[in-house]
Amino acid sequence: MPAVSKGDGMRGLAVFISDIRNCKSKEAEVKRINKELANIRSKFKGDKALDGYSKKKYVCKLLFIFLLGHDIDFGHMEAVNLLSSNKYTEKQIGYLFISVLVNSNSDLIRLINNAIRNDLASRNPTFMNLALHCIANVGSREMAEAFVSDIPRILVAGETMDSVKQSAALCLLRLNRTSPDLVPMGEWTARVVHLLNDQHLGVVTAATSLITTLAQKSPEDFKTSVVLAVARLSRIVTSAAIDLQDYTYYFVAAPWLSVKLLRLLQCYPPPEDAALRSRLTECLETILNKVQEPPKSKKVQHSNAKNAVLFEAIALIIHHDSEPNLLVRACNQLGQFLQHRETNLRYLALESMCLLASSEFSHEAVKTHIETVINALKTERDVSVRQRAVDLLYAMCDRSNSKQIVAEMLSYLETADYSIREEIVLKVAILAEKYAVDYTWYVDTILNLIRIAGDYVSEEVWYRVIQIVINRDDVQGYAAKTVFEALQAPACHENLVKVGGYILGEFGNLIAGDPRSSPLVQFNLLHSKFHLCSVPTRALLLSAYIKFINLFPEVKGTIQDVLRSDSQLRNADVELQQRAVEYLRLSCIASTDILATVLEEMPPFPERESSILAKLKKKKGSSKLPDLDDVRRSVNGSTDHAENTEATETVSAHSFTDKLNLNSTPSSGPSLLVDVFSDVSSPAATDMSEEHFPRFVCKNNGVIYENQLLQIGLKSEYRQNLGRMYVFYGNKTSTQFLSFSSAVTSSDILKTQLTVHAKTVDPMIEGGAQVQQILNIECLSDFSDAPVLSIQFRYGGTLQNIAVKLPVMLNKFFQPTEMTSQDFFQRWKQLGAPRQEVQKIFKAQHQMDSDVAKAKLLGFGVALLDGVDPNPANFVGAGIVHSKTTQVGCLLRLEPNTQAQMYRLTLRTSKDSVSQRLCELLSDQF
Amino acid sequence: MLRFLLLFSRQGKLRLQKWFTPLSDREKKKVIRDMMMLVLPRLPRTCNFLHWKDLKIVYKRYASLYFCAGLEDQDNELLALEVLHRYVELLDKYFGNVCELDIIFNFEKAYFILDEFLMGGEILETSRFAVGVSMEEADTLQETMEEYMSKPAY
Repeated sequence: MPAVSKGDGMRGLAVFISDIRNCKSKEAEVKRINKELANIRSKFKGDKALDGYSKKKYVCKLLFIFLLGHDIDFGHMEAVNLLSSNKYTEKQIGYLFISVLVNSNSDLIRLINNAIRNDLASRNPTFMNLALHCIANVGSREMAEAFVSDIPRILVAGETMDSVKQSAALCLLRLNRTSPDLVPMGEWTARVVHLLNDQHLGVVTAATSLITTLAQKSPEDFKTSVVLAVARLSRIVTSAAIDLQDYTYYFVAAPWLSVKLLRLLQCYPPPEDAALRSRLTECLETILNKVQEPPKSKKVQHSNAKNAVLFEAIALIIHHDSEPNLLVRACNQLGQFLQHRETNLRYLALESMCLLASSEFSHEAVKTHIETVINALKTERDVSVRQRAVDLLYAMCDRSNSKQIVAEMLSYLETADYSIREEIVLKVAILAEKYAVDYTWYVDTILNLIRIAGDYVSEEVWYRVIQIVINRDDVQGYAAKTVFEALQAPACHENLVKVGGYILGEFGNLIAGDPRSSPLVQFNLLHSKFHLCSVPTRALLLSAYIKFINLFPEVKGTIQDVLRSDSQLRNADVELQQRAVEYLRLSCIASTDILATVLEEMPPFPERESSILAKLKKKKGSSKLPDLDDVRRSVNGSTDHAENTEATETVSAHSFTDKLNLNSTPSSGPSLLVDVFSDVSSPAATDMSEEHFPRFVCKNNGVIYENQLLQIGLKSEYRQNLGRMYVFYGNKTSTQFLSFSSAVTSSDILKTQLTVHAKTVDPMIEGGAQVQQILNIECLSDFSDAPVLSIQFRYGGTLQNIAVKLPVMLNKFFQPTEMTSQDFFQRWKQLGAPRQEVQKIFKAQHQMDSDVAKAKLLGFGVALLDGVDPNPANFVGAGIVHSKTTQVGCLLRLEPNTQAQMYRLTLRTSKDSVSQRLCELLSDQF
Repeated sequence: MLRFLLLFSRQGKLRLQKWFTPLSDREKKKVIRDMMMLVLPRLPRTCNFLHWKDLKIVYKRYASLYFCAGLEDQDNELLALEVLHRYVELLDKYFGNVCELDIIFNFEKAYFILDEFLMGGEILETSRFAVGVSMEEADTLQETMEEYMSKPAY
């Protein structure tokens, strides 16, 4: 036992801790703890009143037990009693216990708040500090509500001791972080700014932290702090160390304060006032100069503190991004650090340079260090440094050096640590796409990626290469040839088989002229991989085979034999079996023309942001502490899943496109037509069909209507207040439809809110054929009704009338909005009027799966905001509904309660009818 | 701003945990586990910084104890390293050449000393002198108070 005589040793506690340490096993420890708990419990319950010392000792033991990881369910009351003790150490232990263990909904919170209030009013600085610490440590909303008005008062009051001012400033900062909406702005703000002039550097440091946080919230209110901060900074950097006495840390003048002032200045643009600006520039130059001076101490603390200030100064220079001279000097300084013997400095230099690379003034200067960075990638012993080097290469990449950088990253990938491979793969894929001048290089790069690190190539990467190949005629032949060659390798990665299957299925004909890659050779090559692949890949290969039948009639017999084999037709996997059966049947009964239509080459994909980039962003940023890995699955995994389960009646050929998760692919027919072969007969047409309507709230594409004669499919896309809907009418019979017409009608009210313009359609639809109609939609103001699509045609002499409610809903005009949690709460509060909020509590109609719910909310059109809601199970979203006349901001919160199988949905928008309608629409989805 | 500060031994025993943002117990356990998994296997003389989720991790080993802090994205790593060092200095000053056992047996003091110079994850007092003084004051205060209180009341 150490001999600490400081303060008051609690012998009983030391003995207990010693006992626990001597326990040989977990069981023994638990036994000893239970014995102690029983003892304490009996002491607390006993008739004899405990003196303060014993109470303190027992509370401290409980705390120790809790910190060991055991549950504590009593003793809170005794701890609260300690708060009102007049003995400092008892009070201190009481506060510690409360800070660590208090449960914010505890009944004791009122008693605790009372004790805190007494201490705050005590005028005893030590007690006041304890109370402020407790508020900051607990930091709950309840505490914020109770004390948020007192603390600013204490902070700016003239008679408050310096140490209390410091605590009050940071306590307020802490409350502002958790409950920014509660912290009132007011006349005290001006006085807080003046604390920057305070004599006491500790007060200035604490105040600077507080002001920095508040200035992020409302920069206008704290604009005057810039002048004071520059003045203060200037005094520090030019001061001789002696002025600052005990605020000098290893010969560096007030490093903490300097860094905080530099941080505060990063909340603002460069000062406009020329004198102020030059004073600041002078400071920054002085800081840069000081680094060149010989060190005043050999201690690492000295260089750390000095360089901490330097890096913060560089961060400010980068933030201002306006002084080319300083930017280049910063870059040169970092360049020196790249070769420094301190690993920490090399790491930080790589990190800061990433930021410099994005400035137009310093981008070129950063590029001059490319060899050093590549060398770091090869020689650094520490993986975290190598990772920064990868980041920097990625950031400094442009057209001029992209080939070199991509090549280096590829070669590094062969030996890279497993933990960072996936990220490197994404980065290489993005760079290759972004800087591809000729796409053959792009295709080669991606195939190399798959060869080197196939396991780390996520779906987004190979989806993307296919999108690009399909969209660019000039590279299709090359791609077919290259994948064909790559597939020759005796062992190739399954991802390569996927890409190969897809590309040869589409463009195999482009290389079929060469006898070395004749249709049969291509097919045999693909099929030789078939048995080694997983089910999804096999499914894709089957689709490639049916495409082959269309491309190369000469191999039809061979492929049919394969499809007919028991291992396909009776495959245990239902998806494979269904594909085999359907494809075989299709190849047997469909005419060449129908085959050609069904299996037409995929149409180009619409241009949009690379999903890889989205993935990289997701990998990097977002998400607070809880499991990031779970989030990753969501978008691509579960939306597919949700769609697949809903659309069981659509066919498997569909998943060829579905897999790519491209909702807005213009349809090429197959999905609508393969049902020719199904015998499903649906009930006769009703007056107005709206049964599928709710399904379209969270998605834009699918089948809206179907009977024995006709199938109507929709694809739609929306941008701001405009939308376009493609309606596909598929004739399921073998006879023509005559006098076909379709029109859109709206109620009188709806006409003033929404215009739908329908292009005319061909009056005749051949048997088995499909026609398309385009609807142009404009949202004029918010609406709640839906337009109706009326269809008329003659089939075998009888007139058919069909009316379908068109799924054009208000939420289609959503634009997702990302925002920080601070903004969110601020706006949430602004939309607090009773009618702006609509809330609904309802029973879950589907299984409560968080990924599915997430996909639905994204489909609904809002941006999901991670980390805003303290409960990670809840969803928080934001978006703007666009109409011609107005834009309505919308915030929503969905709270699942899995135990009760209930949801609570809350919507706040600036317009009550919008809140109402959105709530109706969304609440039906869960 | 610091999000958390953990002290753990080479054997993976947690000696001190301080959280500056509210987290559920489950989340805390996960952070603790992840930190030990990240930091303990690292070789000596590698760099003291890591990225973990959206946080920067700064750690340093002092004798048998690892001091490990989670920082927000914009925080200054080098200075955080000095925050850790400053804490060690304060412990040293208070216990006189601090060792792991001091922190085990006087865990409450270790928390109090931390509270003296960090609050809400921000540095409260950077002057070594001032922090020392207030700890001393607290100790004397406690004595005088206790003496005062134990005086018989007439």
